[in-house]
Amino acid sequence: MKLIFEKSQAGRRGGELPRYDLPPANVPDELRRQIPPRLPELAEPEIVRHFTELSTRNFGIDTGFYPLGSCTMKYNPRVNERLAMLPGFRDLHPHQEEDAIQGALELMYRLQAVLIEVSGLHACSLQPAAGSQGELTGLMLMRAYFADRGEADQRDTIITADTAHGTNPASVTMAGYKLAKVQTDARGNVDVAHLRELVNERTAGLMLTNPSTLGLFDEHIEEIAQIFHEVGALLYYDGANLNAVCGISRPGDMGFDIMHINLHKTFSQPHGGGGPGGGPIVVRDKLEAFLPVPAVVKDGERFRLDYDRPKSIGRVRGFTGPFGVFVRSYAYIRSYGPRLREMSETAVLNANYLLARLSDAYDLPYDRLAMHEFVLSARSLKREHGISALDVAKRLMDYGFHPPTIYFPLVVPEALMIEPTETEAKETLDEFAEAMLAIAREAKDDPDVLRDAPHGRPVRRLDEVLAAKRAIVKYGFEEHPDLGNEPAAPRARGPERCLSSKPRAAG
Amino acid sequence: MLAAIGVSSVEELFRDIPEGVRFGRELDLEPPLSEQELSRHLEELAARNVDTSRELSFLGAGIYDHYVPAVVDTVLQRGELLTAYTPYQPEMSQGVLQAIFEYQTVICELTGMDVSNASGYDGTTVAADACYMAKHATGRTKVVVTEATSQQVRQVVKTYAPGFGLEIVEVPHRGGVTDPDELRRAATDAACVIFQQPNFFGCLEPAPDLAAAANDAEAIAIAHVDPISLGVLEAPGAYGCGMAIGEGQGAGNYQSFAGPHYGFLAARSEFIRRMPGRIVGETLDAAGERGYVLTLQTREQHIRREKATSNITTNQTLLALAGLVHLSWLGPQGLRELGETCMSLAEYAKRGLTAAGLELVFPERATFKEFAVRAGRSARDSIRVARERGVHPGYALGRDYEGLDDALLVAVTERRTPADIDRLVAALTP
Amino acid sequence: MAASETYPDDLKYHKEHDWARVEGGEAVLGITWFAQDALGELVHYEPPNEGDTIARDSAYGEVESVKAVSDVIAPLSGEVLEVNAKVVEEPETVNDDPYGEGWLIRIRLSNPSETDSLLDVDAYKQVVAES
Repeated sequence: MKLIFEKSQAGRRGGELPRYDLPPANVPDELRRQIPPRLPELAEPEIVRHFTELSTRNFGIDTGFYPLGSCTMKYNPRVNERLAMLPGFRDLHPHQEEDAIQGALELMYRLQAVLIEVSGLHACSLQPAAGSQGELTGLMLMRAYFADRGEADQRDTIITADTAHGTNPASVTMAGYKLAKVQTDARGNVDVAHLRELVNERTAGLMLTNPSTLGLFDEHIEEIAQIFHEVGALLYYDGANLNAVCGISRPGDMGFDIMHINLHKTFSQPHGGGGPGGGPIVVRDKLEAFLPVPAVVKDGERFRLDYDRPKSIGRVRGFTGPFGVFVRSYAYIRSYGPRLREMSETAVLNANYLLARLSDAYDLPYDRLAMHEFVLSARSLKREHGISALDVAKRLMDYGFHPPTIYFPLVVPEALMIEPTETEAKETLDEFAEAMLAIAREAKDDPDVLRDAPHGRPVRRLDEVLAAKRAIVKYGFEEHPDLGNEPAAPRARGPERCLSSKPRAAG
Repeated sequence: MLAAIGVSSVEELFRDIPEGVRFGRELDLEPPLSEQELSRHLEELAARNVDTSRELSFLGAGIYDHYVPAVVDTVLQRGELLTAYTPYQPEMSQGVLQAIFEYQTVICELTGMDVSNASGYDGTTVAADACYMAKHATGRTKVVVTEATSQQVRQVVKTYAPGFGLEIVEVPHRGGVTDPDELRRAATDAACVIFQQPNFFGCLEPAPDLAAAANDAEAIAIAHVDPISLGVLEAPGAYGCGMAIGEGQGAGNYQSFAGPHYGFLAARSEFIRRMPGRIVGETLDAAGERGYVLTLQTREQHIRREKATSNITTNQTLLALAGLVHLSWLGPQGLRELGETCMSLAEYAKRGLTAAGLELVFPERATFKEFAVRAGRSARDSIRVARERGVHPGYALGRDYEGLDDALLVAVTERRTPADIDRLVAALTP
Repeated sequence: MAASETYPDDLKYHKEHDWARVEGGEAVLGITWFAQDALGELVHYEPPNEGDTIARDSAYGEVESVKAVSDVIAPLSGEVLEVNAKVVEEPETVNDDPYGEGWLIRIRLSNPSETDSLLDVDAYKQVVAES
């Protein structure tokens, strides 16, 4: 498929701008643009066709089953899109006066209240743009809390699990902390004996998700919380797996002091091909003073933004957070109410059902009930037939499914992490299970079809080594390098379909 | 299903959860709403906001009421793009990957840089990202930022500074712009210098001289730019900058109470391995056909973990895609015309206001689509009075700058007509 | 075109899958077949600078494949005399010839007795078998 630049024709454009009969303004010579940017030049119909074609080469939840572990790819209710586009939300400027944004502030306040109830903690900031930024904000809160107590120099280390998502250690470094890692035991729980060796007065805190990335609820969570609190350290909860426990177990009750929530996972903000998301943080009352400014507060019947927070860590991003994401998540939550519990119960039921159907054909690293996701290993397939988790993933594409997460968590070799979510019907789960079983048979009977997969997508298996070596990260126009068959320069065009920026009349 | 699992109830699936952490009651939330009831509730909340379709607005200060063409909505509603995940499985995601590659190209074209990432959170966090890159590239820990750069950008850089191990130094504005010599002196031993163009006051900085001042001190020049200005203003890459950053909202996103939007970050090729965030690269598939993949992933958190260039995972892809669609719809001529239109409308506003007896705060400075005007009384009062006349006249600059309590920052986009501007003048004159 | 699995007799080995060829007061260092096989095709080599001091058991550089990045551990301490420019240009050389053309750095040994604590080929093959 051509790039949009390869479809450009000089002089074409999508539409006209209003023209006013005013004298032109002059840009000083030394600041004026000399060479125009080479933006695409297409008429509107061609633009629509281009992006439509791109979308047909993409697979979303709307297309089919998408069981990526720890991503919670649940259906995104379409009414939420309509609601986010209400002019009162869509066309609202953030610097409007307080009396003119009461609806927006009330929505944010109510969303905060729900997140507080679900988390079992006390105060919330909706500012962070995503889970990663929530993590970093949480670590900054820890730093501020300890500085306030005169313990800043003493506390220099954060402990993460060896099953942790890569964002955890990356956030630790960005916050200026040292990193320690605790092992996982044979049952998939944090190794408490190892933990006791690691925790001391230099420990600032723990970062953990529960259930873990193995999809297992840590049976010793109460003891773990006690170990940290005994030395005056804090516990941070990575909310990526919250879909398993809404209304069933609350992180605050487990002993966590700070958590982030992924609005694009648990609360259905569409993933958008990589974002946007939302990573609000919820904290225990002793940390409230340090939350980012401004805070959204209620004064009698009115809502306002409170900037008077002398101990706040400051601002972590512009304005008050991704409001359009709040609209969608708030609407989603209001459509469930207390039935969020059933959301989690169904998510866990679906995961265990799939696990039961697949645990004979694939290796099961931990013989326990799963929560909302589970991890299998393709280790036997590798040993016996030379088929890797990657091959299984690519072959699943031919069966019409998006593959699960592969090679994560790192503690499981040839890992396949599967999270079905609650919005999948049993028939879909059965189809997926049948496909996985068929692939296990193909590994034995016809391994080449796996190694050459996918066969039915718009492209065959892509060469990531070549991409890394060549690092072609933008279109180079006349100088675009030629990697192979596809011509680099725009091809000579066929018959002209449109000679001006207006579409040709039919007939 | 329970039988297949080997349990007798859903309750039993949760047997690993210790008694002590079980939530023993129902969630204290209002009962579920049907779609219709939900719509009514949200419509009622929305109705209590005064948006720009209800009150004529000259608010800017970082978020702008530019026209979003209908095709942007059309593309963003395609379910295959809207509901897709990050493209880690490239054969399933050629649509998103190619779109990001096109976006990266557009950002590089606008800014004159060699490499762009697939977006950052917003125009403030990309400044923190750029400082982190500059620190690792130069080994220096001092960052210089102009006072004429948005206060929110400065605040966010300061929030990130302790964890990054950075020292932040500000250079004051002089009459609405920055003095290159003052900047050069401040930039000794600095990793980078950040300046905004046009700056927060809407004034045009002597950007090539500021970049030269940074380069003289061997600090990386980083320009924080308005994408809508880059059809008429020179690209940072053309006047000596090492990186270009900014808030993308004006290209393709509704105001939406400031989010979600997207930050952009582009740099010269020498910085590619230090770039945070995702980058899409071109490659071939097993049949020799062209395709796109995430590349140089070893920079990122899922591989490099504690040594990653950033912890960023979820970014702002869909909003960046909106920017790509908008900029494609405009084309180079459209972008230039858009910039020129905003400028000439802003000049018309300046003429109208000064003719009515109001003073510009920086009358000597060339501006783009915003300018600062003295209201003749406190900005708060003039906003109140103007709104009684159905017009929001602009941002109260005294919120961010000393001595400007009587000043308003007026933003004029292509959505404001000369008649609208006449109403603004009437709203601000007694 | 990766090499087949071999571990030359005349080299000394480190348990982090690095090798050393000791030549008088100098040594040439690299990574073993096992290491390059685990990483996959290398796409980048981040070397130290000539003149740098490196210490036994700590990292002196990095190698990257598409899916992994790995520190390169020094089996011996010394001063970096030469960096293999061929590997910087074409990192996949390490996959094709990990013990010959795929050498990474040459150092002047600061403490030659450290050689005694390195593994010989049989001991290293044990390490590989247990990995």
